Amino acid sequence: MPRFTAQELDAHRAKVTQLLDKPSIKVGMSTCGVAAGAVLAFDTLVEEAKSKSANILISRTGCAGMCSMEPLVEVCIPGQPAAMYGNVDAELARRIINEHVLSSQPIVERLVPSIEALAVAYDKSDTPTPPGASGPRQYRIVLRNCGVIDPESIDEYIAREGYQALQKALSGMTSEQIIEELKVSGLRGRGGAGFPTWHKWQLTRDAQGDEHYIICNGDEGDPGAYMDRSVLEGDPHSIIEGMIIGGYVIGARQGVFYIRAEYPLAVQRIEKAIRQARAAGLLGKNILGTEFSFDLEIRLGAGAFVCGEETALIASVEGKRGTPRPRPPFPSVKGLWNMPTMINNVETLANIAPILVRGGKWFGSIGIGKSTGTKVFAVTGKIKNSGLVEIPMGTTLREVVNGICGGIASGRRVKAVQTGGPSGGLIPEQHLDTPVSYEHLQALGSIMGSGGMIVMDDTDSVVELSRFYLGFCVDESCGKCAPCRIGGTQILRTLNRIADLKGTERDIATVRRIAHAMQKASLCGLGQTAPNPILSALRYFEPEFMERIAAAKTARKEPGIARK
Amino acid sequence: MTHTSVVDDVAVIAKRWNNTRGSLIMALHDLQSRHGYVPRESAMKLAKYMDVPLARIYEVLTFYNYFKLKPPGKHVVSVCMGTACYLKGAPGIYHDITKHLGIKSGETTPNGEFHLQIVRCIGCCGLAPVVTINEQLLAKMNPHDAVEHICQIKEGAEK
Ligand SMILES: Cc1cc2nc3c(=O)[nH]c(=O)nc-3n(C[C@H](O)[C@H](O)[C@H](O)COP(=O)(O)O)c2cc1C
Ligand code: FES
Repeated sequence: MPRFTAQELDAHRAKVTQLLDKPSIKVGMSTCGVAAGAVLAFDTLVEEAKSKSANILISRTGCAGMCSMEPLVEVCIPGQPAAMYGNVDAELARRIINEHVLSSQPIVERLVPSIEALAVAYDKSDTPTPPGASGPRQYRIVLRNCGVIDPESIDEYIAREGYQALQKALSGMTSEQIIEELKVSGLRGRGGAGFPTWHKWQLTRDAQGDEHYIICNGDEGDPGAYMDRSVLEGDPHSIIEGMIIGGYVIGARQGVFYIRAEYPLAVQRIEKAIRQARAAGLLGKNILGTEFSFDLEIRLGAGAFVCGEETALIASVEGKRGTPRPRPPFPSVKGLWNMPTMINNVETLANIAPILVRGGKWFGSIGIGKSTGTKVFAVTGKIKNSGLVEIPMGTTLREVVNGICGGIASGRRVKAVQTGGPSGGLIPEQHLDTPVSYEHLQALGSIMGSGGMIVMDDTDSVVELSRFYLGFCVDESCGKCAPCRIGGTQILRTLNRIADLKGTERDIATVRRIAHAMQKASLCGLGQTAPNPILSALRYFEPEFMERIAAAKTARKEPGIARK
Repeated sequence: MTHTSVVDDVAVIAKRWNNTRGSLIMALHDLQSRHGYVPRESAMKLAKYMDVPLARIYEVLTFYNYFKLKPPGKHVVSVCMGTACYLKGAPGIYHDITKHLGIKSGETTPNGEFHLQIVRCIGCCGLAPVVTINEQLLAKMNPHDAVEHICQIKEGAEK
């Protein structure tokens, strides 16, 4: 592939756009698809198509979001609505070729909702389905290409507005104008804290230093969440484009992808995408024939949750133990190699290109209050349709849980929803009508977090879940500061006592006291937020803890009876 | 034979990373993916070739859970204990596997056949609970099937 100038890229886009109109079969081949048997489905489709001389393109794509129905196969024939098949085994794969493709007879009983039916694509409509109106509840900006294009084809990315934002930025937008566009959009960090993205970009750009760096935080530490993995695997170029634009704005020559080592496929896809972008003149020297030069390298995590915290992450990129340091100075002033460094989450970066192409005003019109745009959640736990959803901010939790994801699998009652993972909290059933926004979730004692959403039913124990999260934070504490190291262990010990029917009423007060001390005195976000799950559990479900304490009391009085 | 190949590996890896600032962790990843763990003699060679104190290499190796200092055994069984898998029964799966293999997380069976480990979310929460055996990912597991998979590997080895 030649290194493009801006004009040549336009011409190339016009050419490759036609590729998308060919009849094709797409097989979801991200980690979850492959785990569920997508390779067999793919191979069988190819074999059957070949032996029956069916003239149809069979390609790989990323995660469509309906993870519990993998392997997913979508048949796209121009002029017909897309048809999605779920749980595709070898037999169904052969039937798809013979009945659907060759005889135009879809296998109706095996169809599941297509992406089109579940989500409005931002390039099809400027607005999500309004509340109350009928239509798909999801709105895809971040996931625009996931499950739609072949993530290993730069041409398919280019065909769908890909690198158009970069062209626009490099051909005449100043860094002020880009920052202004982000400001109007209201985009806030999707890695958890919700810091306004424009402000971070401005601070880093304005900080003095010989070099400036941009880092993509792909550590995705929340255990039970995989939004970022899906975007890294399903649409790598969207993040790369966001990084190049970020690099241009802050004046960086070098960017770093920090990705968990537990995500080998994501690493491969990003590696390949970087090579393709270099070959096309979108990375490296004189990008798109301009004066701007910028390149990317990959660094792997090595299984430490704390490395998602930005100062620990920087230490890790420098090849050291991933221990955090006090802030300020913030990385935007003193980061990688002591130079101004901008750290953004995967999802944040995936939002950049659409904002520049469609305008900040468009993005800002979606959402609620100071929470604009969409948020991707990985909805898991006792939910019927476990998977990835992208919703406009302001959608209620009930809509997500009961509407989009079909409620509890076994038909039981929702007890609570957990957001924010080990740094977040519980939202009990009676608050499910709360709209999703940074402010609303915080008011309930939880956080938006990076997008994990765990649904619990009435058989799940809040005491056990609290113990689980705390155990996680104790394991993952780097041990550098005492409040986190000692406080966490103390709370866990007390909780264990309560859970094992050995607690007393005083224990609850003890837990609260230590928790508040940890929040105030810990060095980094890990220790400061580790008490959130237990505090929110006590806020809404204290009786459940009291039950165990009462049982402990009875057990002490009548040792024989309570031991059941 | 193995000894010389260890030496060569390390030289190649050191050469690949020597000119990249802060790349020690990447070099260690390369070592581990070649051997399944980071052998001590390789770490010593790396210290020499990359001109970093051995103590600093071990400081890094011991901080990160991902790195193994001992050979992990022939088959690595990983039970995901992320939140989604936890809620959907991972503790029961883990329990049955420990009983079946007679080892706990982080341990290897005496015959070196199986290594058991608990991992935190491998990003397939939609298919929870999940177990991996080597590169193979087993979705929507239950205790019985997980043990069954291990038995199959055992039988395969006996044949
Ligand atoms: C313990 C801890 C773990 C974190 N893990 C992640 C993570 O896995 N991914 C992420 O993007 N941000 C994580 N963060 C937040 C980052 O420190 C940082 O705020 C974020 O990457 C900034 O990007 P954003 O502004 O685009 O959200 C974590 C923070 C803490 C305190
Ligand atoms: S919790 Fe097990 S794969 Fe995510």
